Amino acid sequence: MKKGLISILASVISILVGLLFGFLLLLVVNSGEAVGKFGELLTAGVSTLPKMAKVLYQAAPLIMTGLSVAFAFKTGLFNIGASGQYTVGAFAALACAIIFQMPWWACLIASIIAGAVWGFFPGLFKALFNVNEVITSIMFNWIGLFAVNLACMNIRNAAGKQIMLPTAWVNSPIMDRTASLSYANPDAMIPKWGLDTLFESNYMNISIFIAIAFAIILWVVLNRTTFGYELKACGNNKNASIYAGINAKRNIVLSMVIAGAMAGLGGGLYYLAGTADYNIQKVLLAMGFNGISVALLATSNPIGTIFSALFISYIQVGGESLQPTFAKEMIDIIIAVIIYLSAFALLTKTLLGKAIKLNKTNVNEDKTVDAEQEDLKAHAQQAGDNGKGVLPPTVADNKESEGEK
Amino acid sequence: MSEYVIEMLNITKEFPGIKANDDITLQLKQGEVHALLGENGAGKSTLMSVLFGLYQPESGIIKKNGEEVKIHNPNDANALNIGMVHQHFKLVEVFTVLDNIILGAEPNTFGFLRKAEARKKVLELSERYGLHVDPDALIEDISVGMQQRVEILKMLYRDNEILIFDEPTAVLTPQEIDELMEIMRNFTKEGKSILFITHKLNEIMAVADRCTVLRKGKLMGTVEIKNTTKEELSRMMVGRDVQFEVEKGEEHLGDVVLDVKNVTVPSKLHANNAVKDVSFQVRAGEIVCLAGIEGNGQTQFVHALTGLDKMSAGTITLCGHDITKAKIRTRSKLGMSHIPEDRHKHGLVLDYSLEENLVLQRYWEPQFQSAGFINSYAVRKYAEKLIEQYDIRSGQGPVTTARSMSGGNQQKAIVAREIDKDPELLVAVQPTRGLDVGAIEYIHKQLVAQRDAGRAVLLVSLELEEVMSVPDRILVMYEGEIVGEFNPKQVTVQELGLYMAGAKNMYRDAEKPLESNSVSTEDEVIEG
Repeated sequence: MKKGLISILASVISILVGLLFGFLLLLVVNSGEAVGKFGELLTAGVSTLPKMAKVLYQAAPLIMTGLSVAFAFKTGLFNIGASGQYTVGAFAALACAIIFQMPWWACLIASIIAGAVWGFFPGLFKALFNVNEVITSIMFNWIGLFAVNLACMNIRNAAGKQIMLPTAWVNSPIMDRTASLSYANPDAMIPKWGLDTLFESNYMNISIFIAIAFAIILWVVLNRTTFGYELKACGNNKNASIYAGINAKRNIVLSMVIAGAMAGLGGGLYYLAGTADYNIQKVLLAMGFNGISVALLATSNPIGTIFSALFISYIQVGGESLQPTFAKEMIDIIIAVIIYLSAFALLTKTLLGKAIKLNKTNVNEDKTVDAEQEDLKAHAQQAGDNGKGVLPPTVADNKESEGEK
Repeated sequence: MSEYVIEMLNITKEFPGIKANDDITLQLKQGEVHALLGENGAGKSTLMSVLFGLYQPESGIIKKNGEEVKIHNPNDANALNIGMVHQHFKLVEVFTVLDNIILGAEPNTFGFLRKAEARKKVLELSERYGLHVDPDALIEDISVGMQQRVEILKMLYRDNEILIFDEPTAVLTPQEIDELMEIMRNFTKEGKSILFITHKLNEIMAVADRCTVLRKGKLMGTVEIKNTTKEELSRMMVGRDVQFEVEKGEEHLGDVVLDVKNVTVPSKLHANNAVKDVSFQVRAGEIVCLAGIEGNGQTQFVHALTGLDKMSAGTITLCGHDITKAKIRTRSKLGMSHIPEDRHKHGLVLDYSLEENLVLQRYWEPQFQSAGFINSYAVRKYAEKLIEQYDIRSGQGPVTTARSMSGGNQQKAIVAREIDKDPELLVAVQPTRGLDVGAIEYIHKQLVAQRDAGRAVLLVSLELEEVMSVPDRILVMYEGEIVGEFNPKQVTVQELGLYMAGAKNMYRDAEKPLESNSVSTEDEVIEG
C-alpha cells in the first residue's frame, strides 16, 4: 500500500516539474500571454464536453500501447515495438472492416491477432536465440509500417481499384489515406451507445471502457494468477525462475505476444472510431512511443496506465488551445519534457523511498535486530559505492551478496 | 612512543535509528596479530570503514603511534600505511602480477613507467617474505592462493605497516592456510601489525595474539588468545553456547536414491570438460559430501544434476527414474530439492515478498491455486507456518521483500522451502556460505534431521570444518574428477587437503604406486 503511494507521488512530482518547465518556456517566448495560455493548457481538457470526449478518445489507444509496454516491462522485456504492433493492428482492423465488411468486434479481434503476431517474432528471437528484443522490435516497427503502406496502396478490388483507399468508394482524388469508415463500412465503427450525444462529440465511443477493462484484466493476470507470478518471476530474476522449473522461454514469447496484442488492439480502437483515417506516411506512429511514456509514468502498473494515459491525452488536448499564440512545436516540447521527466518517475520513486525510510528509522528507536542488520548493509553498500569500490569494509558484512560475483 | 601502533578509542558511529558501533575501542599493538571477531552485522565492517575514512564517527578518536590522526578518506589511510587484503580480490585478470602490484602507485618519470625498478622491489619483497610469486604471470593463470599473495604484495609494495586481512582463508586449501599463517607470522617478526577479520575460531586460536569481539555493535571485550578457549570466544560472539560438534546418531542406510553414472559436463569456458566421468551413489539416510576447492567442477556437476545445464554423457537416476534429460520441474516432482549455491542468483526472486519466495517451488500445486488463480490465503497461511517453524526473521513477516532480509534469514527461507517439500534427495550447495555460527549450527541440524528422517542428502561444500563434521561420506573432486572417497572419521584434514589440491588421487595412485606424493603441493596449486 505504502509502496503504491510512493509510486503515485513520484509520478505526480515528475508531472509537476514538467509543467513548471513548460510554464517557464512559455514565459521566455511570450511573457505577456504565458500566464493565461498556461491556464488554458491546464484547463482546456475539462473546459467543454467535446474536449473531454477528445481526451477520452485519445486516451483509449494510449492506455493500450501503455499496457503493451508495461506488461512487457514486468517480464523484464523492453517492448519498443508497440508502434509497429499498433500499426499492423490498425491495418488488420481496417482491412477486415473495408475489404471483408466485418462488424466492429470482429475487426477488433483481428487487430488483437495481428498485434500478437507482431509481438510474437521479437519474443521468439529473444527466447530461442537471445536476440535483444529492442533491436528486433525496432526492425519490426519499420517492417510493419512499410508492409502496411504497401498493402494499402496495392490491394485492389475486382474492378482493379485500390480497395483500401477512398478512390474505390467515392469519387475522391485522395491517395494518402484509407477510405473513411463512414461510407466504407459504418457497421465497423465502434458503437457509441449514445455517448456521442451525451458528450456532444463524434469522437466519443465505448473504446475507453474497453481499454480500461483490459487494464483491469492485465492487473488481475499479473497479480492474482500463477501465470502472472511466473511472468514477473522471469522478469525479476530469470535464473531463479528457471531454477524453480518455470519455462522462461515460453513466458518470454507469451509476454511479447500479449504485449503485441494490447498494442494491436490500441490501433484497432483508434482507427475504428471512424473519426480518423489511417494516414499513409513514412514515419512511425507516435502512439506506440507515447505508450513507453505512459508505462514509465505509471511505473508499469496496469491500473496506473489508465491514469497516466488520461493525463497525457489531457495535456495533448490542452496543448491544442495554445495555438495560434504559440507554435505547435511549443506544445510538443512541453509534452516532451513531461514525458522525458516521466522517465525519471522510477528514479524519483527510489529517492522518495529512501527519504521515507530514513525518516521512519529516525522515529522508530526500537527496531528488530534484523532490521538493524539491513540498515547496516545498506549503509555499508552505499559507502562502497561512494568509495568507487576501491575500498574494503563493505565486504565483511556483505559477504553473501558479493559471493555471487 | 606508544605501545599501540593504531588505536581506535571509544568509536561511536550511528546510523539513523541504530548504533552500528557503540563506544568501541580497538588497540593494535606493534607486531601482533589481532583478530576481529563478530557475526554478520556485528559492526566489523563499519569499524573498518571508520578506519579507512569512509565514515566519520560521531565520537571517538583514532591514534597512530599515540598521536591523534584524522582520517577523512581512503587516501589518508593509505598515507598512514594502512593496507587491506580484500576478501574478494581487486585484481585485473588480464594484467600481469607486476602490473597489478604497481597499479595506482606506478613509479614513473614524466609519465613513463620505471618498471625495472618496480620489478626489483617486488622480487625483493617476495623473496624476503617467502611469497614465491612470479611477477610476469597473468592473474588469470595463477591460483586463488597466489592471487591472494599478489594482494599481500600490493600492501607491502606500498610500505604498509598495518595490514588488514578480511576473511583471508575462505578460498584457500588447508595447506595454503598453513602457509598464509606462516607468512603472517613473518610479518609480525618484521614488526608489521596485522588485523585479522574472521569468524573461524580455529584460525584465531592458531595465529592470533589477541582478539577483539563485537556483538550487535557493542564491544564484548578484547582477550589474550593464550588465556581463552574457542568456546569462550564463541559465547562472546553469539551470546550463548554454540555446539561445534554436529550431533548425529548412527546412520541407517536405505535404498539407493541417487545413482550417478559416468556423468560428463562440458565446460562453458574452455574446450575441456568441467566434469569428467563422475559416478557415485547416495542412499537414503546418509549425507554425502562433495568436497573440493572452488572451481573444480562441483558447480557444473550440480547444475547438470539439477537440470540447470545439460551434460554430454552419463546417466542420472533418482529413485529408479531416469532423469538424465528430465526437466527441472519433473526432477522437483520426483523428489529433488535444491538449495542453490548462489542464493541471490538462483535461490530467490529478491523483489518478491517472502511468502512469494516460499512458494517458488510449489505455487502450481492445487493447494495454492485453482484454475490458474493464486489462492493468496493459502499462500499466506503456508508462509506463516514456515516462518514460525523455521524461525525466519524479517521486518514485516510474509510480505517482507526478500531483498531487505539478512543473508542468514534469506538462507533460512530457502532451506525451509526446500526441506518442507519433503524431498527424497536434498542437494545442498554451500548452504552455510557467508553465515555466522548460529545460523550454520541451525542449518547443519536441519541437514542431519533430513538424514535421520531417511532422506538422502548431497552436500557440496568448500568449508573444511563442515566437510569434516557433517557428512557420513566424503567424495573429493579435483579438476572435474572424483579423486578420493573417505569416511570423515578416518581421515585427517591434511590428508583431505592433499587430495583437494590434486597432489593425490586414490584411483590413479593405485595404478602407479608411490610416486612422490609427498612433494610440496605448490606447483600443483599454481596450475589449479
